Amino acid sequence: MSAVRLLIGTRKGAFVLTSDGKRGRWNIEGPHFGGWEIYHIAGSPADPDRVYASQCSGWFGQVIQRSNDGGKSWTPAGNKFVYDGIAGTHQWYDGTPHPWEFKRVWHLEPSFTDPDTVYAGVEDAALFRSTDGAQTWEEISGLRRHGSGPRWQPGAGGMCLHTILLDPKDPARMFIAISAAGAFRTNDAGQTWSPINRGLRSEHIPDPVAEVGHCVHKIARHPARPDVLFMQKHWDVMRSDNAGDSWQEVSGNLPTDFGFAIDVHAHEPETIYVLPIKSDSEHYPPEGKLRVYRSRAGGNEWEPLTNGLPQQDCYVNVLRDAMAVDQLDPCGVYFGTTGGQVYSSPDGGENWSAIVRDLPAVLSVEVQTLP
Amino acid sequence: MIRVILPPHLSTLAGVGREVQFDVAGPVTHRSILDALENAYPMLRGTIRDHVTHQRRAMLRFFVCEEDISHDSPDAELPPEVAAGEEAFYIIGAIVGGSGKRMGQ
Repeated sequence: MSAVRLLIGTRKGAFVLTSDGKRGRWNIEGPHFGGWEIYHIAGSPADPDRVYASQCSGWFGQVIQRSNDGGKSWTPAGNKFVYDGIAGTHQWYDGTPHPWEFKRVWHLEPSFTDPDTVYAGVEDAALFRSTDGAQTWEEISGLRRHGSGPRWQPGAGGMCLHTILLDPKDPARMFIAISAAGAFRTNDAGQTWSPINRGLRSEHIPDPVAEVGHCVHKIARHPARPDVLFMQKHWDVMRSDNAGDSWQEVSGNLPTDFGFAIDVHAHEPETIYVLPIKSDSEHYPPEGKLRVYRSRAGGNEWEPLTNGLPQQDCYVNVLRDAMAVDQLDPCGVYFGTTGGQVYSSPDGGENWSAIVRDLPAVLSVEVQTLP
Repeated sequence: MIRVILPPHLSTLAGVGREVQFDVAGPVTHRSILDALENAYPMLRGTIRDHVTHQRRAMLRFFVCEEDISHDSPDAELPPEVAAGEEAFYIIGAIVGGSGKRMGQ
């Protein structure tokens, strides 16, 4: 029988949650790296026992951990993230130039084919790659040298590169997203990049339709349809059918189109999930009701999924990397909250229950579906 | 024999107790102590000082003989009691702080 492993990053450590394919009973291991912020944990699609974790601290900086046994034991790996050449400046919050400074790794994206190859999205925004199992890191500096870098600016959480989408069919194509610069695509393995923000509209920046400067919160896509992208922007849920060349808003009947997390059903490429948050100044669900919204039409028409979720007095947030789906049938959907709950739905969102309720604030949730 | 007292998170990261001991060749300075510490425990590289500039991380301080030497030259020779192992070199995390910028979401 298949099994599922959830990799949970929290404000105070990492947790590994495992279950069989029924996804009814869970074993909880952790905390690993207690007391450290774990921004993201990700397993290799090529070798599920290879897992990478981003561990950081305001005191001690960045550490990368590597596991070769599915998260049971860990070894510190390389943490030397040095920008290629002269780092230069980006825009600070007040519009003045500010030097590029490495702060932390937000997101790790292992290669589809090589367990030793992993990408890291960092703050201040840049993309790094390791081809030796995270021992050494090299910046893919074509992105930061695109030319628009001096116009990038931090979002409220910092100037982070938080989304890395590899193309399972074309190793030379990659998508990334930065808050608050926008989305970018490379077709040549990172040598050159193009901003792909046409159609985005952000009223809070001086030019609402600027080439860069949009606060993209997360991008998701179904691996079988790499040209179809779904985006949760600061405000607005967006869709692209041409690999980001243009975007259309698909917020439709959502109660609010602000939010962070977005994901796509494992077997239904037009079924997408978001978790609406009231506003950019009130980071909790509208009306105190924790509702996942599902669209089975690729957007515009949304239905609330509430069975098993708190429908009163709920004021948690769900962060951008804190929602994931498994590959089982029916598809399991998972998300973690800043209140420390990890919710699971083993039936595509129809019914929810909390796997665990009292973890530290959840920063990220990833799923590994195991044979 | 040099004695170094690590903050709890770094002793966990290095897989050692709070105190580690090792020899330092040549003058005993805070640079030579940190060089030797990082050679003995490579996983600590980058957690105490910057990989490239070797600038001390902002929220750590160094103490010897009950004196804060954080802002002294890294090449200033330390008191003989430190070189003799009678006094330890303390790496201490600031009481205040943590990440100024969280997930900000």
